[in-house]
Amino acid sequence: MPRLYSDILLDHFRKPRNQGSLSAPAISYEEFNPLCGDRIRIEVELSGDVISAARFQGDGCAISIAAASMLTEMIVGLRIGDDVSNDDLVSALRSDIPPARKKCALLPLEALRAGFERYRPRHSGRK
Amino acid sequence: MPFDVSRIREDFPILRQRVHDRPLVYLDNAATTQRPASVIAAISNYYSADNSNVHRGVHDLSERATRSYEEARVKVQRFLHARDPREIVFVRGTTEAINLVAQSYCRRLIQSGDEILVSAMEHHSNIVPWQMISEERGAALRVIPINDQGEINLDDFDKLLSDRTRFVSVPHVSHVLGTVNPIKEIVEMAHRRNVAVLVDGAQSAPHLLEIDVSDLDCDFYAFSGHKLYGPTGIGVLYGKSHLFESMIPYQGGGDMISSVSFEKTIYNAPPYKFEAGTPNIAGVIGLGAAIDYLKLIGSEAATAYEQELLSYAMSSLSEVRGVRVVGTAAKKAAVISFVVENVHPHDVGTILDLEGIAVRTGHCCAEPLMRRFGLTAVTRASIAFYNTKNEIDSLISGLARVRETFN
Repeated sequence: MPRLYSDILLDHFRKPRNQGSLSAPAISYEEFNPLCGDRIRIEVELSGDVISAARFQGDGCAISIAAASMLTEMIVGLRIGDDVSNDDLVSALRSDIPPARKKCALLPLEALRAGFERYRPRHSGRK
Repeated sequence: MPFDVSRIREDFPILRQRVHDRPLVYLDNAATTQRPASVIAAISNYYSADNSNVHRGVHDLSERATRSYEEARVKVQRFLHARDPREIVFVRGTTEAINLVAQSYCRRLIQSGDEILVSAMEHHSNIVPWQMISEERGAALRVIPINDQGEINLDDFDKLLSDRTRFVSVPHVSHVLGTVNPIKEIVEMAHRRNVAVLVDGAQSAPHLLEIDVSDLDCDFYAFSGHKLYGPTGIGVLYGKSHLFESMIPYQGGGDMISSVSFEKTIYNAPPYKFEAGTPNIAGVIGLGAAIDYLKLIGSEAATAYEQELLSYAMSSLSEVRGVRVVGTAAKKAAVISFVVENVHPHDVGTILDLEGIAVRTGHCCAEPLMRRFGLTAVTRASIAFYNTKNEIDSLISGLARVRETFN
């Protein structure tokens, strides 16, 4: 059985990857968890419709920060709208996340999905 | 006679269990307390033997149910030291009680430009109903500030009181900080300006166990059964008789009328005027049993014991590196909120849970209060008279586990 806070989760929490912001993100969206006050912003840079860079900023628990950090690594190279599934992100954390904390892990993913939904290409004829 | 906590614990069946293979340490009493076996039995007996509707039937079951229901009202009246059982209205909980006063008392009273005062330490349930009324009537909500210890300064309150002040609603005990507020003084100052005061007693009922609304002279007092070792879904609104008489009903329906025609309805007298529909009869009876239980164990001894646990917990926590308690009022009930340096409260809560320890984490339904202290969330350990020093020790070692995990 995986540990509650796996080494990889703790590593991403202590040394978050891709934390910060992008100078001209195509997508930038902040999701908020009203139950605990945590907020995670995900920013994405596109090259055509492929994600070329991703950053996050946030104020949250170890699970949401680690999940955001991992997500920014997982999505580079994906096409816009490509879905990372809930299970993919949760299993990447390799931790025994209790049911009440699943929403912490999924907060960055919800920010990404909401960002995708709101995305309108700047030059609509390009596609 | 010393307070025999091991005997008290036997009265609470839920405490006998293990969680994640550890003995349950229940320190989330500010969210809801546990119920003694006598309360559970009273509810079960009611459904097994007396279940019937109240104030309606002429048959024996209905009379028994009505008797138990009205006896519980008298128990609540005595518990609060109210003058008359008609000053006790049964509601779903503190939230409904506050909404009832906002709609039935304040709505007609409040005019454009008026002000309603609340404090910086409110639960959302003592903010939102007043915002709704203020918005509707064009009034303003003003906030009594608190100091860094989490106390109201009466001079600040005095400065906010003005000719525009129409109503004051404050908590007796803060559900995050544990602060016991100077209610008697607040009421006296408000009354000098003919302003009525509601006291949110959700957190005082379980910790003070002795509430005297006649002495406080407050106009309304609200509390919830489930925080007083009774059932969920039942609460109490106390109101002075002359206010209840003058107020319009909160909801229309059966039991709140004395006669109905399509042309005109004549309302029943208080408290029935405010109890439309079939009430939570089992809840009322369970609440009565909870009050009986508190009388039996002796509320003075229970409160003294709880205060002893509070000082033990406060001094133990002060020795844990990286832990800071939020709320250090001179008069404090056994509610302790704290932050652990560099660890989010949710992570603290999850690791404590694995040790069998139940605490509350998050903003505790008090976002403005969190902002006042520059926080988004806290961990809250709230103590009841069935907790022990051993359990406080478990909390302290649980916090050591938290630091081990994240350092």
